[in-house]
Amino acid sequence: MDTMTCFDLRTTPLREVNTALHSPNLAGEFVIEHPAGAHNVAVGLNAPVKVTVEGHVGYYTAGMNQQAEITINGNAGTGVAENMMSGTVWVKGNASQSAGATAQGGLLVIEGNAAARCGISMKGVDIVVGGDVGHMSAFMAQAGRLVIRGDAGEALGDSIYETRIYVRGVVASLGADCVAKEMRAEHHQELEHVLKAAGFDGDDTSSYTRYGSARSLYHFRVDNASSY
Amino acid sequence: MCGIVGLHLRTPELYPRLGELLTGMLCEMGDRGSDSTGVAVYGDPVWSPPGRGCVSVVDVADDVGSAVAAELGSNVAAVKVDTTHLLSADVSSQVLLDAVTAVYPQALIAGFGADMAVLKGVGHPRTLTDAWGLAKAHGWHGVGHTRMATESAVTPAGCHPYAVGPEQCMVHNGSFANHATIRRELRAAGVQFDSDNDTEVGARFIAKQLAGGRDVEAALKELCATFDGFYTLLVSDRDSFAVVRDAIACKPAVIAETAEWVAMGSEYRALAGLPGVESAKIWEPEPEVIYAWTR
Repeated sequence: MDTMTCFDLRTTPLREVNTALHSPNLAGEFVIEHPAGAHNVAVGLNAPVKVTVEGHVGYYTAGMNQQAEITINGNAGTGVAENMMSGTVWVKGNASQSAGATAQGGLLVIEGNAAARCGISMKGVDIVVGGDVGHMSAFMAQAGRLVIRGDAGEALGDSIYETRIYVRGVVASLGADCVAKEMRAEHHQELEHVLKAAGFDGDDTSSYTRYGSARSLYHFRVDNASSY
Repeated sequence: MCGIVGLHLRTPELYPRLGELLTGMLCEMGDRGSDSTGVAVYGDPVWSPPGRGCVSVVDVADDVGSAVAAELGSNVAAVKVDTTHLLSADVSSQVLLDAVTAVYPQALIAGFGADMAVLKGVGHPRTLTDAWGLAKAHGWHGVGHTRMATESAVTPAGCHPYAVGPEQCMVHNGSFANHATIRRELRAAGVQFDSDNDTEVGARFIAKQLAGGRDVEAALKELCATFDGFYTLLVSDRDSFAVVRDAIACKPAVIAETAEWVAMGSEYRALAGLPGVESAKIWEPEPEVIYAWTR
């Protein structure tokens, strides 16, 4: 049976906790208590371990995660799971801005709402948001899937390269070069798969709209030269 | 960066703890910038005796009380708190203010208005809140600011809060891009400034709107329409407390609310020590939405 280790951030400095979580051949389960909004909790992990954070966290929680399964029983501050490579980061509450920024792989689930710039410059991560996302979400998104079970704020997918965005609710406005696209069979299948991974397998995929890149900004148009 | 905090107490049982709670909030935000620190406290019976006109003035001679009393022709009480003198008298705050500025035309007025004391200084919130004895302050609400200076000098005049209208106070995280233009326009309209600070322009803009009869919400809407830049603002007066963020909303803000209090901080960790925060409703203010509470 795996061991369970508990850290209390009221008594153990965060640096000690993160150092322990970076130990070679790390295994087992870890609980981090009383984060009280601290920044950089459980960043830079690279091991197939389970980490549960009991409370609200500050900036960059679970940033750069690889392999680990990190659950936050609370809200997360700016940049949760930023630059994640693999593994799972699960936020039970709401997330602040730039959730999953630049993340390259893995799964980020936010059961509540995410604020502005969710999935900004995402590069391959899957992000599932139980509620709404704020403005400029998926800004300059490059790869991966962003699933929004609620509404999206202004300028969704602005300057998007690629990335498939699925939205069930209302989109306040689309950003430059982001357009609604047809839901083909493979998209229903893909969406169903991502929703299932995030524990939302009851959703009807036909209630979602797919958005993506119109690809009209990929190349410079000489007609626009006079604008510069 | 800069850190801002505000606490509005709903239950009088908590009034004796205002200073203690505000101190914890402000010190937690110290690493968002510690060039200077300031607070406004509403309702401390020693710092702003009830029913009297009050003026907070920075860096004046210790005989300020008698000097202003001589000008005013009535008794003036002066409480020295670190480098700030908190003056009060049985006249309106405006009359007291006029007497102070007649005696000390160059003095920095930290704030004026009934029931309000404003303290500001250069340094880390831990050092300054200690020097002020802030933890002992009572009151029904207070705001605080810890500054990472960007737009003007690190001096008491460059320190928030900007309390430039009666009982009013503003703290700001961010920077206004077009403050020089708006300052010129306000100067042309007769408004005087104490510093080159961008936030002072915002505060004087709001004060002018309020003096013109607008309410806080309308004044903040006008600010959003006029000012360019990044901001999370907390604007208070004797009875109200309002928060607004710019349209881009990159400057952080978290609001928490319980039946006992409403609190705002740049980050959740500023609120983590408040009593009953575990069961508080916690959210981030939406861009350009004005959140206001009145007691």
